[in-house]
This record gives sequence, structure tokens and C-alpha cells, in this order.
Amino acid sequence: MLILARRIGESIMIGDQVEISVVDIKGDQVKLGIKAPSTVKVYRREVYAAIQEENRAAAEAKPRDLPRLEGLIPPRDDPATGNRQG
Amino acid sequence: MKVQTKPYGEIEIEDRQRISFPRGLFGFESLRDFALLDAEQQPFYWLQSLERVDVAFVLIDPTFFRPDYAPDVDPAEMEEMDITDADDTLVFSIVTIPEQAAKMTANLQGPVILNRRSHVGRQFISGNPLWGVRHPIMDELARRGA
Repeated sequence: MLILARRIGESIMIGDQVEISVVDIKGDQVKLGIKAPSTVKVYRREVYAAIQEENRAAAEAKPRDLPRLEGLIPPRDDPATGNRQG
Repeated sequence: MKVQTKPYGEIEIEDRQRISFPRGLFGFESLRDFALLDAEQQPFYWLQSLERVDVAFVLIDPTFFRPDYAPDVDPAEMEEMDITDADDTLVFSIVTIPEQAAKMTANLQGPVILNRRSHVGRQFISGNPLWGVRHPIMDELARRGA
């Protein structure tokens, strides 16, 4: 991993379109400014991690778990979809 | 074609049920080929990996329990998927089923969106902070009915 020391107001470039600058530092928290084209998505790492983790938990679904849901869900009364509860 | 599935063993599926995920799903980036199956229990579906039989996700149409749900995905990202018309899309949430099935939750923050014309799918991250990864489905249904 590349490690760079930066002061407030200084920045780094990732490629020629993504700029990350240090806006402020207070205690153990650093405020970053990110300039990137709209095609580059910027998310907090923990959002990714939460969705990855949830997917892993969801993939554990066992087929026998689903029949246990029968009767828990009220029948759908939308005439457009018909009796989907079977 | 005949495929192996986690919920139903070997079954025959139609080509139109096959969905390609060029980026995989978060945490399962290497799995690209899936099949969308109707679950025997409505309103659920299975998203079955065609590469790993033990990987299958339960899906639900989130508007079933959250009629106000909109995935709030960046339109530019939708265009990357060649989606310009909402009619081309199917929006699903992945369901997590714990030991007590009544406490099942749906991931509204990571919607799975399918392009029904091209049969390409992708999992997005919703830009709406209202949506989390664990919405209790039964609670939402009860609230709706109240």
C-alpha cells in the first residue's frame, strides 16, 4: 500500500480525474474532499462491507426455510396480480 | 437446459430465465451466471448461481411490503446497464432468512436490478439513506396493514 503524508489543503490525484484533498483534521477524524467524474462511485467502505456481509448471510438461505413462511404473509388482494399466494 | 439448483435439485430452465451479472454480486464477484426461478412460495423468487449450486438467493419484489420503495440508483449507472426506460427493469431485494423465519429481512440498500430485455443484472447501492440492509419484512407488512 502506498502511504503519503498530507497536510490540510493538500491533495492527491488518482489518475488524472480523481482528486482527494484533506479538508480538515480534528482529533482522530479527517475530513476528505473528493472530486471525481460521476461515473466513479464513491462510498464509505462500511456501506460496501455491510452489503457484502448481508449477501453472504442471505446466501445461507436453506430451501426448507421458505415453506415455513407459508401463512405468515397475508394474501395479496391486488386483483391485477390475481391470487399469487396459491 | 438442465441445471442444478439448491432449492429444487435438477430442473429444466428456459434461456430467458438466465441472467448474466458481469460484476457478480457484492461478496460474490466471481459468480456471473444465474437463473431466476419462481419459488414455490409466492411472492418469492430464487436467484440461483449456475456456477455454484450452493449459492442461491431468495428475492422479493420490495414494493410488496414497501409500496413506496424506489431504489434511488444513479441514472448514469442505469444507463451503463443499457437501461433508459423503467419498464425495462425488474427491481428485487435480497431476503435474509434467519433461524426464526418470521424475522426475515430484506436488503433495500443493495437492490438487484435486472434488464429484462438484455437479461443482464447488477446489484446497486441505493443513494437513499432511508434504505438499510435489514428491513424486517413482517414488520413492514404489519405496518402497511395497520
